[in-house]
Amino acid sequence: MYDGIVQELIDELGRLPGVGPKSAQRIAFHILQTESFDVSRLAQVLTDVREKVKFCEICGNVGEESRCGICRDARRDPSSICVVEEAKDVVAIERTREFRGLYHVLGGSISPMDGVGPDDLRIRQLLTRLSDGTVTEVIIATDPNMEGEATATYITRLLASIEVKVSRLAFGLPVGGDLEYADEVTLGRAFEGRRTV
Amino acid sequence: MHITRLRLAEYRNHVSSDIHFSPGVTLFIGPNGQGKTNVVEAIHVLAFGSSHRTHQSAALINQHATTSVVAAELTHQDRTMTVDISLERNGSNRARANGHPIRVRDLPRYLHAVIFSPEDLRIIRDDPDERRGFIDDVISVLWPRLSAVISDYERVLKQRNSLLKSLRSVPRAQRDLSTLAIWDEKIVSLGTEILFARQAGISALHEPVVTAYRNIVGSEHPITLTMRSRVMENVHADASRDLIADKFTVAMIAALEDDLDRGMTSVGPHRDDVDFELNSLPVKGYASQGETWSYALALKLATAELFRHDALGDPIVILDDVFAELDVHRRHNLAASLSSFEQILVTAAVKDDIPPLDIRASFTVSRGIVEKAELT
Repeated sequence: MYDGIVQELIDELGRLPGVGPKSAQRIAFHILQTESFDVSRLAQVLTDVREKVKFCEICGNVGEESRCGICRDARRDPSSICVVEEAKDVVAIERTREFRGLYHVLGGSISPMDGVGPDDLRIRQLLTRLSDGTVTEVIIATDPNMEGEATATYITRLLASIEVKVSRLAFGLPVGGDLEYADEVTLGRAFEGRRTV
Repeated sequence: MHITRLRLAEYRNHVSSDIHFSPGVTLFIGPNGQGKTNVVEAIHVLAFGSSHRTHQSAALINQHATTSVVAAELTHQDRTMTVDISLERNGSNRARANGHPIRVRDLPRYLHAVIFSPEDLRIIRDDPDERRGFIDDVISVLWPRLSAVISDYERVLKQRNSLLKSLRSVPRAQRDLSTLAIWDEKIVSLGTEILFARQAGISALHEPVVTAYRNIVGSEHPITLTMRSRVMENVHADASRDLIADKFTVAMIAALEDDLDRGMTSVGPHRDDVDFELNSLPVKGYASQGETWSYALALKLATAELFRHDALGDPIVILDDVFAELDVHRRHNLAASLSSFEQILVTAAVKDDIPPLDIRASFTVSRGIVEKAELT
């Protein structure tokens, strides 16, 4: 334990996700000891981020205006929507430059253990977006874990009554990997999701 | 396969131990409480991702440390490889194979071990979860995919139980069961895989158990192993996955009201048991102490035989303080049954307990320090 405010800083940093006690200590001492480190700038950004960042009223992505950059971009294809769990998933898919449509951020996945049900996610907003018939395809890109799959199944069933093409991102082999090192679950999924060439 | 080197850092009372092994029988001798079992327990941790003595990995870490490392070098035919695991007091454990990160649950793909210990009696005498744990270890080694299925099933089960509990507080008429149906389907599909594999595992074990029991006691006895499952009632042992899934779905529907009332899932592989019978009577409650020991040894011997046919060669056989529990006759027969395995590690408090074995190396263990001893 350190004296007073140093320990307070370590404790606060330790509350951040992915930061353990050792990392928290290292960051704290970096802040304390590195002269070139601009503390006031970090403090300013932290304050600003809470004030300025808004969640897009259409898709739920983060941005600095009421509509995010992607929803405002007229070059994007409004007929397809990719459904993701978190805003960070938007960034991941954007990096691929493969998808030119719009997004819908759910804000999590169905997880009764964490008290999250369908009503706690932005599913109702998704249905509203689909109501005018502009959207013809919904791509579900929830995480490939049990909660992500449950969420995908729930949405798929909900959309069954609507005239819209629904697909789920393929599960498959990591690119650049060796087939022999893939575990059976991944390999089995890759078989299920195979396609004709 | 055999271990050529084992290193322990901050593992229980071993601050730093580095042990070189050769194939054949290696003996660890020392008074109780000095750290013999800790050496072989560490191998179990590498083979299964958990200890045979405790489910809490915090107990495995030296009390003065926050991280403990167990690393082994293995040889099978001409191939060598390394596996290691670091156990963390704060945070999750990490495993590696040949220096590359792997999932802890995938450790059974790289190192196979079978441990005989006084705890084996619990498989027969204790609660059903001991027997489920036993059969699940077996199927995870025979079909490595199952370890992922089992952990997914446990996750889905927790989710479904949480949902059932939260539904309990909602008036019956207002309950929305649409998300429950999604978890139910997952329970059935994953649970069916487990039931099917357990059934196959139990069938595969039967003959080897009969043979092993005969070798230990020296005479023939009728033995049956039967899965006891509400899903599998009146279902033949060689039922297909589809049939099991159908029965499972029916059982889930029948149990739904009950599950909603109690806030828990009452059918599925997490509630099942395995019945062990000897001479047409349950071993639990009917067999003598000696018969129970023989049965437990037969189960483990059968497991070792089953693991043998795998691409990794022989499993590493560990005999942890078992000879002291057995009479001279059983000691001798157990040693004879295991003599053909590539590597056998034996721990004992005193040498007198050990039957005649072709001992290749001997170590003394004292206060967590392992030292090579002269063979006498």
